[in-house]
Amino acid sequence: MTARVLVGVKRVIDYAVKIRVKPDNTGVVTDGVKHSMNPFCEIAVEEAVRLKEKKLVQEVVAVSCGPQQVQETIRTALAMGADRGIHVEVSGKDYDSLGPLQVSKILAALAKKEEASLIILGKQAIDDDCNQTGQMTAALLDWPQGTFASELVIEGDKVKVVREIDGGLETIKLNMPVVVTADLRLNTPRYATLPNIMKAKKKKIANMKPGDLGVDMTSRVEVLRVDEPPQRQAGVKVESVEDLVSKLKEAGRI
Amino acid sequence: YLAALPELHQMLRQTCRDYADKELAPIAGQLDKTHTFPAKQIRELGAMGVMAVEVPESLGGAGMDYLAYSLAVEELSRGCASTGVIVSVNNSLYLGPVLKFGTDEQKKQWITPFTTGERVGCFALSEPGNGSDAGAASTMARQEGDCWVLNGTKAWITNSYDASAAVVLATTDKTLKHKGISAFLLPMPHPGLSLGKREDKLGIRASSTANLILDDCRIPHGNLLGQCGMGFKIAMQTLDSGRIGIASQALGIAQASLDCAADYAHKRSAFGAPIAKMQAIQFKLADMAVAIESARLLTWRAALLRDAKQPYTKEAAMAKLSASEAATFVSHQAIQVLGGMGYVTDMPAERHYRDARITEIYEGTSEIQRLVIANQVLKEYQ
Repeated sequence: MTARVLVGVKRVIDYAVKIRVKPDNTGVVTDGVKHSMNPFCEIAVEEAVRLKEKKLVQEVVAVSCGPQQVQETIRTALAMGADRGIHVEVSGKDYDSLGPLQVSKILAALAKKEEASLIILGKQAIDDDCNQTGQMTAALLDWPQGTFASELVIEGDKVKVVREIDGGLETIKLNMPVVVTADLRLNTPRYATLPNIMKAKKKKIANMKPGDLGVDMTSRVEVLRVDEPPQRQAGVKVESVEDLVSKLKEAGRI
Repeated sequence: YLAALPELHQMLRQTCRDYADKELAPIAGQLDKTHTFPAKQIRELGAMGVMAVEVPESLGGAGMDYLAYSLAVEELSRGCASTGVIVSVNNSLYLGPVLKFGTDEQKKQWITPFTTGERVGCFALSEPGNGSDAGAASTMARQEGDCWVLNGTKAWITNSYDASAAVVLATTDKTLKHKGISAFLLPMPHPGLSLGKREDKLGIRASSTANLILDDCRIPHGNLLGQCGMGFKIAMQTLDSGRIGIASQALGIAQASLDCAADYAHKRSAFGAPIAKMQAIQFKLADMAVAIESARLLTWRAALLRDAKQPYTKEAAMAKLSASEAATFVSHQAIQVLGGMGYVTDMPAERHYRDARITEIYEGTSEIQRLVIANQVLKEYQ
C-alpha cells in the first residue's frame, strides 16, 4: 500500500465571479471577492480520498501555499476526507509573484520531507491557466508524470494513467513515485458532508514557510500589465444561408 | 455571529449552497411542474447529514446545532423550496419530538432509519375542523388491550405520500381538553390508515400534502410518545423549533427572489439604461434586502437562543412572522422588477411567488404568530 499522497490545493477566485481588472492595470480585483478551491484541485482531492477509501493509500495530505485565507481551502480538503493539511505561508509581494516555479519547488521539497510516493494536482488553475506546476514538480523530483488524467489506477508499485490528449486517449504505465495531474473527467468531487465538516475541525494543519524548506521564492517573471479583453463587437445579420456562406468566404473563413 | 459565522457554519453553508446551485436549482422548475418528490436528492442530502442535523452522531445524525440547521434549510430552499420544506419537516417536526420525548428504544426505531434520506417522517396535528385551534383536536385514541386505537382525520400533512412514519396528535381524554391530548408514533403505511387525495397546491408542489384518515387504526402500546396528556405540550414545543425551520425556508425563497431581481435589473435596459440605474428599482431592491436581512438575523437569534437552551418562543415566532412576510413581499416585488418576464415560467420568479405564499400559513399562521408574540410581550410587563 502506498504510504502517502500529497495533494496540492489552490485558492482561486470562484469560477462564477465576474472578474474585474484593477484600475491601475496591475492585476484583477481580489478584495472582497468570493474565492474557492480550484475546481481541478477538487478533482485531485476527490481522487486521493477515493484511493484511501479503496485502501490503496494510507494517508492524504493537502497542501496549499499562500496567506492566512488558504487555510479555508485546506479545511475544505479536510472536509472532503484528507487526513491532514500543510499551510506554506506566502504573503505580500511573494504571494503576488507566486507561480508554478515556486510552488513546484515547495511541493518537491515537501514530497521528500513527507516521503510521499504519489502527488496529485489539478491540471491547471482557473486563474492563471498555467498548466505547469505538475510538470515542473515531476521534473524537479525526477519522477515520471501522468498529466491530464481521466483515469488513475494503482497496480502494485506502478500507476496506470489514461490521459486526455488531442488525438483521443493515451494510456501509460508509470513507476512510482509519480506526479499525476487531474483533468475534468477523472471524477465528480463529493459534497462535504456535515459529519466530515465536523471531523475536519479536529484535523491538523501544520504551518511552515518556504525558507523552512530551503526554497527560493524569487520570481523570474514580472507582470507588466493586465487588461480586459477587447469589447465584443456587434455581429452582422444575414438574410439567408447563401448570404452566410458568401460572407464567410469573403472573410476568408471557408 | 453578527459579524461573521464560525468557520464550521461557513463551511456547512457553502456545501449546502453548492448542492442547491448544482443539484436543486436546475431541476426545481421541473419538480414543481410534475409534482415530483425529489427522492434521489433527499437520499443525497441524507448522506450529507442534512436530513438529521441536530440528531447526535450515535443515532446517525450530523450532531450539529440549530444555527447550522437554519443555514442548511435556507440554502437548500434557495435552490428548491419544496426540498427545503421536506428537509425541515423531517428535521423539526418528525425527528424533533422523538429526539426530545422518545425513550432510547423509540429513538433507535424511529430516528436512525430516518437520518439517511431513505425514509422521511411527517407530523399530524391539524384536522379538517381545526388548524389554528389546535386544542380542539377531535382525533381520538382509546386503549384496547395492548393497543391504542386511533380514529379521526388529519389534514394538510406535508410528506404524507412519501413518509414512512408520522407523529400523530390525538385526544386520549376529552374531559381534560388540551391537557387530554397525547402524541403517538405511527408507521406508514399501516392497516387502518389511508391517505386522502394529494392536494393540488399553489406552491411547494414537489412535496406531497394530503389528509391522514385513521379508521380503527391499531398501534402497539409502546408507540405512545412521552406521557399521556403531554401531546399539546409536545406539539407546541415542536412547532417552536419548526418555526425556525420554516423561517429559514422563507429566507431561502426570499433570497432566491432578490437574486433573480437584482441580476435582471443589471441586464434589462429601458429608457436607454439598465433599470438598475433607476431609483424606483433601487428603492425596491433596498427594501427587499432589508426585509431579508432583518428576518435572517431574527432567525439566527432564535436558533442561537435555542442552542443556548434559553427560552426562544417569542423569537421563533418573530422569526417565522418576519421571514414569511419577507418572502411574500420580496417575491411579489421580484415579479414587479421583472415585469412581464416575472409572470412566465421562463424565469423562476413566478415559482418563488407561489412557493412563498404558504410560509405565512403553515406551522402557525401569521395571525397566530402575532398572538404568540403579544402574549410573550405582555408577560414581560405584568
